[in-house]
Amino acid sequence: MQRGCDLLIFRPRLKRQGKDRSLASLGSSYGAVPGFEKRVFMSQLSPAREEYEVDLQPLTHVPLERELPLGQRLWQQGWLRKSLILLLLALVWEGVARYQNNDLLLPSFLQTTSALYDGMLSGELLGKVWISLVVLLKGYLLGIVLAFGLTTLAVSTQLGRDLLSTLTSMFNPLPAIALLPLALLWFGLGQNSLIFVLVHSVLWALALNMYAGFLGVSETLRMAGRNYGLKGLRFVLFILIPAALPSILAGLKIGWAFAWRTLIAAELVFGATSGKGGLGWYIFQNRNELYTDKVFAGLAVVILIGLLVENLVFDSLERVTVKRWGMQR
Amino acid sequence: MNAPLQGHAASNLSRTDTALLSVDNVSLEYRTPQRVVRATHQVSFEVDPADRFVLLGPSGCGKSTLLKAIGGFIAPCEGEIRLQGQTVNAPGPDRIVVFQEFDQLPPWKTVKQNVMFALLASGTLKRREAEERALHYLDKVGLAAFADAYPHTLSGGMKARVAIARALAMQPKILLMDEPFAALDALTRRKMQEELLLLWEEVRFTLLFVTHSIEEALVVGNRILLLSPHPGRVRAEIHSHQYDLHSLGGVGFQHTARRIHSLLFEQGQSPDAERELDFTDIRIAY
Repeated sequence: MQRGCDLLIFRPRLKRQGKDRSLASLGSSYGAVPGFEKRVFMSQLSPAREEYEVDLQPLTHVPLERELPLGQRLWQQGWLRKSLILLLLALVWEGVARYQNNDLLLPSFLQTTSALYDGMLSGELLGKVWISLVVLLKGYLLGIVLAFGLTTLAVSTQLGRDLLSTLTSMFNPLPAIALLPLALLWFGLGQNSLIFVLVHSVLWALALNMYAGFLGVSETLRMAGRNYGLKGLRFVLFILIPAALPSILAGLKIGWAFAWRTLIAAELVFGATSGKGGLGWYIFQNRNELYTDKVFAGLAVVILIGLLVENLVFDSLERVTVKRWGMQR
Repeated sequence: MNAPLQGHAASNLSRTDTALLSVDNVSLEYRTPQRVVRATHQVSFEVDPADRFVLLGPSGCGKSTLLKAIGGFIAPCEGEIRLQGQTVNAPGPDRIVVFQEFDQLPPWKTVKQNVMFALLASGTLKRREAEERALHYLDKVGLAAFADAYPHTLSGGMKARVAIARALAMQPKILLMDEPFAALDALTRRKMQEELLLLWEEVRFTLLFVTHSIEEALVVGNRILLLSPHPGRVRAEIHSHQYDLHSLGGVGFQHTARRIHSLLFEQGQSPDAERELDFTDIRIAY
């Protein structure tokens, strides 16, 4: 009865609205018309169930929140999990080295640790690290400044955009080390040529990431910024950079790794020629004198600094910025 | 009942000098890589001080584009937009836009900083006064307790409230709202409409409100401009000052809603067909 009624009302109305006839014919086999199927369905079901209301008492006998067990809470700590991984790797290393039993090829974890300890204590290793870090930071900061300038130009003008894309596609695939002979020729032996290759290794990777980040800033946010009269450099500083921070941080991380890599490699290859040697030079020298444990100690320092920067500097930077702002999980 | 006017609208017939915002024969175009699309064609209307003026139309009638043009984000290809006699040609803090999207609030600033940021960036106020005013308007929208929360911790309705507080704190000459409640759930939307009207009662700002919901237009606005789609042209201007949230479902309300619906969707049909429509035919976006 109900079904028939619905159909009767429905079909003429569809025709009257001048809608497609095929829709009207679909209507008879229902499904195509919203609400139609539901009404038929409801009229079949509704009498079988009764309505009811529940008076809610305050919920007191069930605790609303409870603490996770200690094990699970500890497992939530990232540093604990990572330390566990490091410990496991050290154990594997120690085991393999003892099995190998050849100090010259593979010194054990403990031997490396003691070489590292001695190096630190005598101040030799620390001095080398300091020399390397100073050069590294100079190159890194200069690279960041240049990348910032280039991307600002790229977001503000068409020509800047073309410049950035052409330059990055030209120079990004070029290994920094390949430029070192040229740099030595231009800037002479010393820090300047190292800084030149460092800038080269940081600049393009960072600029690419930064630019991608700027492009990803939502149109609404841009309009909101322009709405307050922000323009030019102020717009880039107050809207684009914070909004693109996840990509910029990723670029900074990649740039840091590239710079570190380039520096050690450059010192390994050409370190002897550059006045005072850094960490790479330390590794190179000790390899020549077959102090393999010191070579490992040098490598370990490279790794340790990498881990420290990643986990202390970049992680804290992310925690107080993008994670706090809910832009990244 | 009302004969369709050729070209544009009724508001032109009663042109006055008191208008705060006048949109004069504005045509807007936007570019896709392949072609230039005309979004609106010679639209004219005027908004008076303390109006709650609604642009209503189906999707594709260029109402959002029109709002962006008034905001100064798009330059009209024909005609002129004037705010208090001055031609609009760039975005500025005298016309604050409240967008539909939730990401209009910079996520790196807390709620209070968000409101202050607008005041500081535009150079409206110094830090001390900006903070005071930010807190004042946050209190007005009921978010004083969340002043130090970051936007990602708020619900959609709260984010919309922050955007409204930010816009009001700027004390713009006109407040532009681009479907500000469209992304909210029905209950929150209704509450926000109610609060917006209360705020208007208190502050008496001038509001230009874009929506595609007939019901929302009737509830929020005091005048409604109907735009036809593809391209947007003025179809009619209708008074709705007599309706508020309490008139939902009332006879007069339904009658006007029906009339608007027929103006928007029944173009070119015989008047016979219009009369036969019953209420279930009306599309209310609720």
